[in-house]
Amino acid sequence: MSDRILEARLNPDQEKPAPIRIKLRLIRPDTQKNVGFSLDVDVVIPGSGVTAIFGHSGSGKTTFLRCIAGLEKASGMLDVNGSIWQSGKTFLPAYKRPIGYVFQEASLFAHLTASDNLQYAIKRSGLPKNNQNFKNILQTLGIENVLQRYPHELSGGERQRVAIARALLIQPQLLLMDEPLASLDMARKQEILPYLENLCATSSVPILYVSHSIDEVVKLADHVVVLDQGKVAASGSVTDVFSRINPTFQPESDLGVILDGTVIERDTRWHLSRIAFDGGDLWLRDTGDEINRPVRVRVLARDVSIALDNHHDTSILNKIPVKVCEIFTTDEGTITIVRLNAGESYIIARLTAKSAHYLNLTPGMPVWAQIKSVALVQ
Amino acid sequence: MNFSDSDIETILLTLRLATTVTLLLMLIGTPIAWWLARTKSAWKGPVSAVVALPLVLPPTVLGFYFLVAMGPQGVIGELTQSLGFGTLPFTFTGLVVASVFYSMPFVVQPIQNAFEALGDRPLEVAATLRAGPWDTFFSVIVPMAKPGFITAAVLGFAHTVGEFGIVLMVGGNIPGETRVMSVQIYDHVEVMDYAQAHMLAGMMLLFSFLVLLGLYSLRRRHNIWGLKLER
Repeated sequence: MSDRILEARLNPDQEKPAPIRIKLRLIRPDTQKNVGFSLDVDVVIPGSGVTAIFGHSGSGKTTFLRCIAGLEKASGMLDVNGSIWQSGKTFLPAYKRPIGYVFQEASLFAHLTASDNLQYAIKRSGLPKNNQNFKNILQTLGIENVLQRYPHELSGGERQRVAIARALLIQPQLLLMDEPLASLDMARKQEILPYLENLCATSSVPILYVSHSIDEVVKLADHVVVLDQGKVAASGSVTDVFSRINPTFQPESDLGVILDGTVIERDTRWHLSRIAFDGGDLWLRDTGDEINRPVRVRVLARDVSIALDNHHDTSILNKIPVKVCEIFTTDEGTITIVRLNAGESYIIARLTAKSAHYLNLTPGMPVWAQIKSVALVQ
Repeated sequence: MNFSDSDIETILLTLRLATTVTLLLMLIGTPIAWWLARTKSAWKGPVSAVVALPLVLPPTVLGFYFLVAMGPQGVIGELTQSLGFGTLPFTFTGLVVASVFYSMPFVVQPIQNAFEALGDRPLEVAATLRAGPWDTFFSVIVPMAKPGFITAAVLGFAHTVGEFGIVLMVGGNIPGETRVMSVQIYDHVEVMDYAQAHMLAGMMLLFSFLVLLGLYSLRRRHNIWGLKLER
């Protein structure tokens, strides 16, 4: 997990920046070429950290981001950290909004070298050039050696990294990223993801990160806004939102929860780490993370089974006493999803309806969650 | 090669006319091209058609209407007279005005096509990098559409050098004022002075060929968008 969160934990008294209040409506009528679309969003997100805008394609994620950037004109109100960008008749045009924007495709200026693309932003940032900051950004993104090249001489991954650097060098007060990995193949994604993780973990400006990939969201974001057909389907911390059972954003086969915890023990003999979260602790394969290091793990519902007693005669290492809090049977009636509560955390288990029936589960019932596998995501 | 003084005078006048017209057209044509490239207005069609008229109309027809409009009773004529400029036919200024209109499509179309080829994205990127509209125009649009501007300037210049009919109608044949090369050639031929005609005609042929050669090799190297030479 990030240094930022670690720092926040060490200095809990630190003043929190004002939140970002978004209340936007945009109606695009049907035309001959395009099906109509409407965006109707009313949401408050934290004024710091990474907020993922998550949803299926066509859910309005990109439109939402473009409205915040001022690239599209929605009606409504937009208050970013206490400054009004839009309200009633006031509409700050895009070029007057202190944003950085990373498009899905790198969109570098083709007539300028990578270096000149960066200079373009520096010149217009309105701030004197900060060489240390410049160097840090180049280093964070690993682009020191490609600066003299033109965009068409760069690989797709390099282009996107230069584009990210350019968006940072404008010194934004809000960084907007529209699926910066979506146009890249798997290998390029793996190339850029570490840079993004580093960036998201250390950025002092709030980031809005549009994505349709749960993996990216849980790796990068602290907070998530789920959009569905132009409306907010859910909003909250990543751990909270992904502990809900909501098929619009969590397909039943992929269901899983996120747990934030800390490494509390390392077992060198069996190469395992023990992490504690609010509600219990879990063993997972040693991650190399030091004791006290915050980590984030994902537990998939299909890896969780339920027992009425604490069984000692099992190969499963992770058994956590929990309470049943919600039971939900899928439409076909073959699968039962059970939401379990431990401390402040939730775990979701996916059972056959038959097992659920024979265990006779009812809300409030104490049971044991047996967790077969835990994946480290951050 | 031995040009007479009057030949040299017509060559210089032609160059002066073409330069003036090209500069004016770049100033007037660019905003028109921008509007045509970006607008969703219903006026796009009619305006495009008017701009393209000189491509299909005989120059004498255009020249005739200009002559009438610029005359003492014409719309333009009344305006220029009330402003104290007198009337424009058979003056250099009149020739410039008619030529600007006559060469308009050759300037507007390449620039418009270059603007259209840019798309919205570079403008949006510039806006997110805090570039205002004018900044965006000069730092992004002009450099990216540069081949279109070059094509437009060269075609506008060459086309003005090569006009004849509209010059005769609007400008007449006044030495040092409206007698350009094409008219001079006509005069030489009329008096059977083929040697002089050959020199001027050959010069124009060579000039036009070199201009087009230059454009097409530029197009091969830079993929000039929007080079439309069809008439």
